[in-house]
Amino acid sequence: MGRYLLRRLVTLSITLLGIMVMTFFISLVVPMDPLAALAGPQAPQETVERLRALYGFDQPIYVQFGRYANRLLHGDLGVSFQTSRPVFQDILKFFPATLELATVAIIVGVALGIPLGVLSAVYRNSLLDQFCRVLSLVGVSVPIFWLGLVLLLVFYFKLGWLPEPGRLDIMLLEPERITGVLLIDSVIAREWEVFFNALRHLIMPASALGLFALAGIARIVRSSMLDVLSQEYVKTARIKGLGEFLVITRHALRNALVPTVTVIGLTYGGLLEGSVLTETIFSWPGLGRYMANAFLTLDLNTIVGGTMLVALSYCLVNLLVDLLYAFLNPKITYTSS
Amino acid sequence: MSAKPATLALDVTEARRRRAEARWRYLKDTYVLWRRNRLMVLGTCIILSLILVAALAPLLATYNPYEQVLGDRLLPPSTQHFFGMDSLGRDIYSRVVYGARVTLTIAFLVAAISTPLGMLIGILAGYLGGMVDEVLMRVADVFLAFPRLILAIAFAAALGPGVENAIIAIAVAHWPSYARLARAETLNVRNNDYIQATRALGAGKVRIMAGYIAPMTLSSIIVRMSLDMGTIILTAAGLGFLGLGAQPPMPEWGLMVSDGRQFLVDQWWVSTLPGLAILVVVMGFNLLGDGIRDVLDPHQRQA
Repeated sequence: MGRYLLRRLVTLSITLLGIMVMTFFISLVVPMDPLAALAGPQAPQETVERLRALYGFDQPIYVQFGRYANRLLHGDLGVSFQTSRPVFQDILKFFPATLELATVAIIVGVALGIPLGVLSAVYRNSLLDQFCRVLSLVGVSVPIFWLGLVLLLVFYFKLGWLPEPGRLDIMLLEPERITGVLLIDSVIAREWEVFFNALRHLIMPASALGLFALAGIARIVRSSMLDVLSQEYVKTARIKGLGEFLVITRHALRNALVPTVTVIGLTYGGLLEGSVLTETIFSWPGLGRYMANAFLTLDLNTIVGGTMLVALSYCLVNLLVDLLYAFLNPKITYTSS
Repeated sequence: MSAKPATLALDVTEARRRRAEARWRYLKDTYVLWRRNRLMVLGTCIILSLILVAALAPLLATYNPYEQVLGDRLLPPSTQHFFGMDSLGRDIYSRVVYGARVTLTIAFLVAAISTPLGMLIGILAGYLGGMVDEVLMRVADVFLAFPRLILAIAFAAALGPGVENAIIAIAVAHWPSYARLARAETLNVRNNDYIQATRALGAGKVRIMAGYIAPMTLSSIIVRMSLDMGTIILTAAGLGFLGLGAQPPMPEWGLMVSDGRQFLVDQWWVSTLPGLAILVVVMGFNLLGDGIRDVLDPHQRQA
C-alpha cells in the first residue's frame, strides 16, 4: 500500500508537470493579443508595451516558461485581468460557493440515487424500475443550462415558489465570513433567516446539478445490485432464513457500493465542470462563473491558474477514490507483484 | 465423425460457403437483438430522423433560417411559425431544422478527428511498448487529468470562438480515452498466434499495426465512440451557449438557447424549444450507444 501510494504520488507529480506545460501551451496559442484587449482599442502602443513588460510577455518563450513554473511552484498564479487581484485570492474567494453547491448536489444525488437504484434492481422491470431508467437517461442527456432555464422559468417566473438567482436575497447581509460556505457560516452566526434563505436559493441549482449526479449513481447502483443479487452468497443468506430487507441492505448493498464509490467520486469531480454552466445560469458567485467570465474576456492568468487548480483537484479526487476503493474492497491490494 | 480422408482439407468453395453462412447468421442475430431491445429501436429512429432532417433541411424548413422579419419578432408559436419567432424575427422551427446539420457536422468531425488520432497513438504505444509507450501514455494522462469540458472550454477560449475551433477543442479533450482503449486492446492481441505468424511471414511493424491490430481494436472503439456521442453534442452546445462555440448567426442549438435567455419570462419558446432538440438528440445517441454496447457484447449474444 505504501509503495503503491508512493508510485501514485510520483506519477501525479509527473502529471502535474504536464499540466503546467499544457496550461502554458494554452496561453501560447491565443491568437488575439489579450493585452491589447485589456488596454482597450484606443490605447497607444506605448501602454500596450508597458503592460506587456509588466506581465512579462516581452521575454523569449523559455524565459516565460521558467518564470511561469517558478511562480507556480511558489503558489503565485499571477494577477487576474478582470479583477486586478491575485488569481489565487480570487479562487479562494469564489471556491466555497462552488463547493457548497457541488456538495449539496452530490448529497441530493446520493440520497436519492442509491435508494432508487436499489429499489430499481430489486423490483426489476417494474414501473419504478422503468421510471428510474428514464430518469437516469434524462439526467445524462439533458443540457444542464437548458434544465436550469426551465427550472427558473417554472419555479421562479411562473409559480414564484423559489427565489431569484443568486446565493441570498438582496435584502439580506451575508454572515461573517468564516468558511465562505453560507450554510455553515449562518449556523455559526446563529442567523437562521439567512440559513433558510440560502437553502431556498440552493434548491434550483442543486437540483439541476443533482439530477446529473443522481443519473450516474442510480445507474451504477442498479447494475451492480443486479450483479450482486444473482450471486450464490445472496442465495445462501436467503436460504438460511434472513429477512429480505437484511439480505438486501447488509449482504447485497455492501458489495454493490464498491463500484458506486468510484462513480460518486468521479461525479463529484464532474460537478466541477457542470458548475461552469449552472453558475452562469443561476448567477451563482462561484468558481465556475468566475472561470466562464475569464474564458470570455481572455483573462489569461485566470484561465491558466483556474484550469490548473481544477485539474489538480480532479487528480486528487481520483487518487482518493482509488485509495478508498482499496479500503472498501479487501480483494484489491495495490502491491506490485 | 465418419472417416473420409479425402476431404481432410476443406475445399475452398465449402470454406467460403461456411464463412458466408456464419456472417449471415451474425447479421441475423444482430437484427434479432436489435429488435428485442425496444429502447435501442427508439434511439435508432431518433438518430435516423436527425440524419433525415439534416439531409432534407431545405425541404422541411418553412422559412429561410437566416431571414429576419423584424416586424414579426418574438411571435408565439402558431400554424405559420411552428416554434414561433426569435428576437431578430427569424423562424425558430426552420433554424432548429438547419441546426440538425450543425450538430451532426460537429459530432461527425469530432469523431473523425479524435478516434483515428486516439487509435494511432494507442496502437503505437501498445505495440512498440517501452519508452514510446511510457511517453505517449504520460501525455494522455495529462489530458485525462483535466475534466473534459474544462479542457474543451480552455482550448476553445484560447483558439478563439468559432465552430471550427470548438470542434478541435472537443476532439483534443476526447482522444486520450480512445488512446487508452486502443492500447489496452493492442496489448490483448499483440502476442496472439496470428500476429506471430504474420510476423514470421515477414510483415513489417507498420503492416502489422495497420492491417492486423487496428481492425481488432475497432469494435471497442466504436462502442466507446457511440457512448460518447451524447457528451460530444452536449459539450458543443455548452460551448455555443457560453459564446465560445458557434457564433451568430449560425443556427446552433446551444447558441439559440442562449439567445433566448433574456426573453425567458414572456417568450419562453425562444430558448426552450431549441434546448428540447438537444435533449432529444442526445437521448437518441445515448440509447443507441447503450444498445450497440449490448449488441456487440458476446455474453448477450449467447443468451
